[in-house]
Amino acid sequence: MTQTKSRHESVIMDRHEMTRALTRIAHEILERNKGCHDVGLVGIRTGGVYLAQRLKQLVSQIERTDVVLGELDITLYRDDLALRKNQPVLKKTDIPFHISDLKIILVDDVLFTGRTIRAAMDGLMDLGRPAEIQLAVLVDRGHRQLPIRANYVGKNIPTAKDENIRVFLEELGEEDRVSKLIEAERTA
Amino acid sequence: MSFKRKDLLGLASLSQEEMALILDAAEPFKEVSGREIKKVPALRGKTVINLFFEPSTRTRTSFELAAKRLSADVVNFSPSSSSVMKGETLLDTARNIEFMQADILVLRHSSAGAAEILARNSRLSVINAGDGWHEHPTQALSDLLTIQEKKGQVRDLHVAIVGDVAHSRVARSNIYALTKMGANVRVVGPPTMIPLCLHRLGVTVYHDFDEAISGVDVVIMLRLQLERQGRSLFPSIREYARLYGLTAERVQRAAKDVLVMHPGPVNRGVEIAHDVVDGNAAVILEQVANGVAVRMGLMYLLSQRN
Repeated sequence: MTQTKSRHESVIMDRHEMTRALTRIAHEILERNKGCHDVGLVGIRTGGVYLAQRLKQLVSQIERTDVVLGELDITLYRDDLALRKNQPVLKKTDIPFHISDLKIILVDDVLFTGRTIRAAMDGLMDLGRPAEIQLAVLVDRGHRQLPIRANYVGKNIPTAKDENIRVFLEELGEEDRVSKLIEAERTA
Repeated sequence: MSFKRKDLLGLASLSQEEMALILDAAEPFKEVSGREIKKVPALRGKTVINLFFEPSTRTRTSFELAAKRLSADVVNFSPSSSSVMKGETLLDTARNIEFMQADILVLRHSSAGAAEILARNSRLSVINAGDGWHEHPTQALSDLLTIQEKKGQVRDLHVAIVGDVAHSRVARSNIYALTKMGANVRVVGPPTMIPLCLHRLGVTVYHDFDEAISGVDVVIMLRLQLERQGRSLFPSIREYARLYGLTAERVQRAAKDVLVMHPGPVNRGVEIAHDVVDGNAAVILEQVANGVAVRMGLMYLLSQRN
């Protein structure tokens, strides 16, 4: 008897839809903050960093000014550190500007339980006192376990709890897309 | 790969991959120590006990700061103020600490193997902060991190370790660390301070400092333990300083961008001249800064163990 795992992938957003969603988010950020002179983008490792870079590019194209960008590693702030079987890989937080009094926009790929965002907010607070923290995500898949809501959402995707949503990015050697992955175990 | 060990007792038994893992874990913590709020919650609720049976300011403070910056609770035990004075054995002291639900025990002891005995007999994660003449692994790891940062890599570098190698746990840990990482290690000192058969550890032994220092990329000076002077290991401090002291002239013989290192505390004018301590080649204070980061990385890895 052998067990085979087959992975079924259904694409929910393709490259163009992702670009359109990010472009809309860039416009919304500028509209809500009346420009971007007091705004800082902070991507959450790993996927959020690349999305933040894209948003930075879009924002500066639209507004013709630059916006500061940082990277946040939340490993040390996780609430499940002791519960995980594998040690998460520790990376560097790199925020090369003072966050105090800036409107910080956290950027992540998928918003799910909200625990990552909680950790990221704690991490940010340890670096200073931002005037505001806003949240931009490419996908909101629901199932929050904390009272957290995104200010900018690329797409709302209703999911079942055990479904797997993955954002694939060009920067990580994949074709840009958002997919629902269904893993089926077959016994033969 | 993840770090699977319960304790860090020495580098003799550590693989190159395990050492690299600790160094990688140390790297992000340098950023934390540079922040205005130098604290992350990774070890929140964990207890670290510093048990130091030998006087130490630098190492104990470094461990204490590392633990506190990880948000652990730290308790310092020193023998003069504890029940050790009342005749309690080391093992009983450790058992008591274990049953107070501590998580990590940092031990410095004058007997080689003390940390290992505690590690075998308790559930605590034990970190050896120096045991007799045996090992001082976190110092050697800090030195490795410093060399790696300054030189890009350790492999194929020529490193001289100079001084009282026989009585130095720093030297022993550094020899293990550097040879495993692929460096060429020379040890230099008077015959009374070089153990017999040291070449078996894969190092080259020299007695002439001028010869040994030529062309090296890194010089690690060991502290001359002045308290040992009564044991006739050398005729006079003055003679020792002349033969084995690192002077600006000797630095000239080394490679152009040589790193001068010292585990501290420095005897200025004895094993190392004033102008060398304060010179451009010295990275002694970087070693201290990296010491905190390495200890944070190590405690983080040990606390991840399930």
